[in-house]
Amino acid sequence: MTSKVTPRVRMPATATAGEIIEVKTLISHEMESGQRKDASGKIIPRHIINKFTATFNGQEILSADWHPAISANPYQSFSVRAAESGVFVFSWFDDDGSVYKSEHTVTVS
Amino acid sequence: MLKDVRTRRDILFVTAGFAAFAALPVSPLLAAGADVEPLIKKIAGEKTISEGRISLDLPTIAENGLVVPLNFEVESPMTADDYVKSVHFFADGNPNPQVADYTFTPLSPKAAAQLRIRLAKTQTITALAVMSNGDVFSTKKEVKVTIGGCGG
Repeated sequence: MTSKVTPRVRMPATATAGEIIEVKTLISHEMESGQRKDASGKIIPRHIINKFTATFNGQEILSADWHPAISANPYQSFSVRAAESGVFVFSWFDDDGSVYKSEHTVTVS
Repeated sequence: MLKDVRTRRDILFVTAGFAAFAALPVSPLLAAGADVEPLIKKIAGEKTISEGRISLDLPTIAENGLVVPLNFEVESPMTADDYVKSVHFFADGNPNPQVADYTFTPLSPKAAAQLRIRLAKTQTITALAVMSNGDVFSTKKEVKVTIGGCGG
């Protein structure tokens, strides 16, 4: 069932100083809850993304701890402030230890 | 021609039924719901919990319990000395009542986010917000789930 996990982020590449911009993120992930059983009645082990973080130039903006109640292919949107030009890094932390990252440079004019 | 359509619909129906079955929780006991009070207590401690400040946007009726949109925003100036520290969500009818815990910093222009959650059945969602000065706010909303994360 495991397919390739791909994070997708939509946000503008340019902004005016101090502008509040909306970030939309989506990551393809089964988010197996650990509650389901397979055809032979065995519990399918939990396998979810348990943490999401957003940073700007290395400083944390927000983070989220996710539990199995988060839907498959987690979607999330939130706001960030473009105070200066810099790099936004979004990271998703998988139960299996993998970290999926997506970097976005925003130029402030 | 007509027969073809019916067969296709039957297949769809069977597939939908299987999906609902596959999403069944492990045991009815677990699905009976968990107590969210101790979890709230753990975060709020001895602080008095006030109503308000949080706008929690959830559908009144969710047709599909596997994907329920949840939008929230906590009223706050989000400055270095007055901001929202964390926001927590609990679902009392899910096998595991914890849904998500958000941590904000003054770098966030708004203590807000939109996400998608799973709900096993009709239940009440509780949102809890902790401010930088330690104040705790809470709000609740009931969501009726027609096709639950567990076929109910």
